[in-house]
Amino acid sequence: MPRIGESGTDIPYALGLVECGNACCAPPPLLRVSDLSVAYGGRTVLDGVSLDIYKGCITALIGPSGCGKTSFLSALNRMTDLVPGARVAGRVQLDGQDIRAPEIDVRTLRQRVGMIFQKPNPFPLSIRRNLEVPLREQGLMDRGELAHRVEAALSDVGLWPEVRDRLDAPALGLSGGQQQRLCIARALILRPEVLLMDEPCSALDPMASGVVEDLVTRLRGSYTVVIVTHNLAQARRIANYAAFFWMTERVGNLIEFSASRPMFERPRHPLTAAYLGGLRG
Amino acid sequence: MLFGAVLGAAAALCVLALAWVLWDVARHGLTLWSWSYLLDEPSNAGRSGGIAPILVSTLAILAVALTVAFPVGVATAVWLAEFAPGRAAPVRLALHALAGVPSIVFGLFGSALFSVLLGLGFSILSGGLTLACMMLPPLISTTEAGLSALPSEWRRGGAALGMSRSSLVAHVLLPAAAPTIVAGAVLAVGRATAETAALIYTSGYVDRMPGSWLDSGRSLAVHIYDLSMNVAGGDRAAYAAASALVVLILVINLFAASVRRRWALRQLAPD
Repeated sequence: MPRIGESGTDIPYALGLVECGNACCAPPPLLRVSDLSVAYGGRTVLDGVSLDIYKGCITALIGPSGCGKTSFLSALNRMTDLVPGARVAGRVQLDGQDIRAPEIDVRTLRQRVGMIFQKPNPFPLSIRRNLEVPLREQGLMDRGELAHRVEAALSDVGLWPEVRDRLDAPALGLSGGQQQRLCIARALILRPEVLLMDEPCSALDPMASGVVEDLVTRLRGSYTVVIVTHNLAQARRIANYAAFFWMTERVGNLIEFSASRPMFERPRHPLTAAYLGGLRG
Repeated sequence: MLFGAVLGAAAALCVLALAWVLWDVARHGLTLWSWSYLLDEPSNAGRSGGIAPILVSTLAILAVALTVAFPVGVATAVWLAEFAPGRAAPVRLALHALAGVPSIVFGLFGSALFSVLLGLGFSILSGGLTLACMMLPPLISTTEAGLSALPSEWRRGGAALGMSRSSLVAHVLLPAAAPTIVAGAVLAVGRATAETAALIYTSGYVDRMPGSWLDSGRSLAVHIYDLSMNVAGGDRAAYAAASALVVLILVINLFAASVRRRWALRQLAPD
C-alpha cells in the first residue's frame, strides 16, 4: 500500500509529510473563544468557555459524552444557527474578527472553517460530483481547474490511487473509511483555514480509523484542526493541545486546557487526573 | 392460528378481486384487439371501429396535466419540506382538504373556471388543467415525504460546506429523492388516467381526432362510461376500451419502475 501523501509528487496542493511530535513552538492563536455559552431551548449545555485555538496545531477536545464538546465545536462555524431554539453567547474571533459580526457571511465563514462529522456523510452522487458541488457553489466552472482541484484533494487524503479509475462511481459505494476520507477531501477542496472534526474515527473499524488518524496528523501545520475524540490514546498520539470538558450540575464546562503532553503526564485538576486515569467518566 | 388464517384469507381476497377484474376485462376486451382497433376512428357511436383519437386525446390531456402539475407540485413540496417549517400548516391543511374533494366537484370547478371563466370551453386544455389540480395533493405529499426521508446529515454536510439551501436542494436533495418523486408522479398519473367525472364537463365527449389543444377530446375513461351508459349495444366495445385503459396504466407503471430502478442503482451501486 502506498504511504499516504507520497502519491502525487507533482501536485502543488498536496500535503507534505509533517512531523508528528511536540506542540508547535509558540504558534499564534487563530481562533479566540471567550466566555462562550450555548443553550438549547433555554437549557444551558455549555457555559463560560474561554480558550485559544493555535494556528497549524491539533487541538483535541476530550471528556465524557454530553459535556458540550460537540456544541462547542458547532459554535465555531455557527452550525448552531441551524438548530431551532439554540442560543449562543460570548465571543468567537477568527483571525481577530468576530464570527457573528453582521458583515460576516455565514457561508463564507463555513468555507473558512470546515467541519467533518462523526458519521461519514458523502452526498448520494459520484465521487467526482461530491467534490465538484462545493467548488461550483463558489463559482468555479473551469473544467480543467475543477479536475485539478479534485485530484489534489483526493491525493491529500490518500484516496487518489484508490479511486482514480472510478471517479464517476457512486460515493456511497465506497467503504466507511474511504467515505470519511472523501468527506475530508470535500472539506479540504475549499482550502479552509480551520477543520472541525467531531469524532471522525468513531464510526470506523480500527484499520480505517488508523488511516484517518494518520491523515489528521498530516494536516498539522497546513491546517488548524479541532478534533473531538473519545479515544484518549488517540488524543495523546495526535494532539498538540488538549481541552478537557466536564459536566457540573448538568452544564458543560472547560476544566483544563493546556499543551497536550503536560496535560496527559501531569494533569493539574483532580477531575482531569481522575478521567485520564480511568477513574471517572 | 385462526387469527393468522383470517389475515391470510383477507389478503387472498384482495388478490382474488384484482385477478377477477383483470381476467374479466381481458376475456371480454382483449379478444377485440387488432391493429385497426388501435389505429382507426370509432364508428357507429363507438360500437365498432377503433380508438385512435381517444388514445391521442387521453395522452394529450395527461401531458397537459403533468406539465402543469409536476413543476408546481415539486416546487410546493420543496417549499414545504425545506423552506417553511412552521409556516407550512395552512398550506398542508389546504392540501388535505383538496385531496378530499370528490372528482365530480373538481369537474364542476374546472368547468366553471377553465371552460367558462377563462374561455377555454370544452377542450383538452381545460380537462388537463382540471386534472392537474386533482394531481397536486398526491404529488406534493409523496414528494414531501421523499424529501423528509432523506438523512439530515446531507443537509448539515451541505451547510458545513457553505452551500446555500437552494443549491443543496437542486444538486443533492432533489436528485436523491428522484425515485420517490417519480413514484408519486406515476401514482398521480395513474389516477388521472382513470378519471371520468372531472373530464365530462371539461374536456367533453367529442370522439373525433383533436386538431389542437383547444379542441374537445374524449378520454378513454369517458369513452368507457359513454359506451356502457349511453350507447345501447356498446358493452363489447366498452370492455375493449377498458382493456386498453388497463394496458395503458400497466405500461406507464412499468416504464416508471424501470426509470426508478436505474436511478436508484446509479446512487448506490457501482456502474
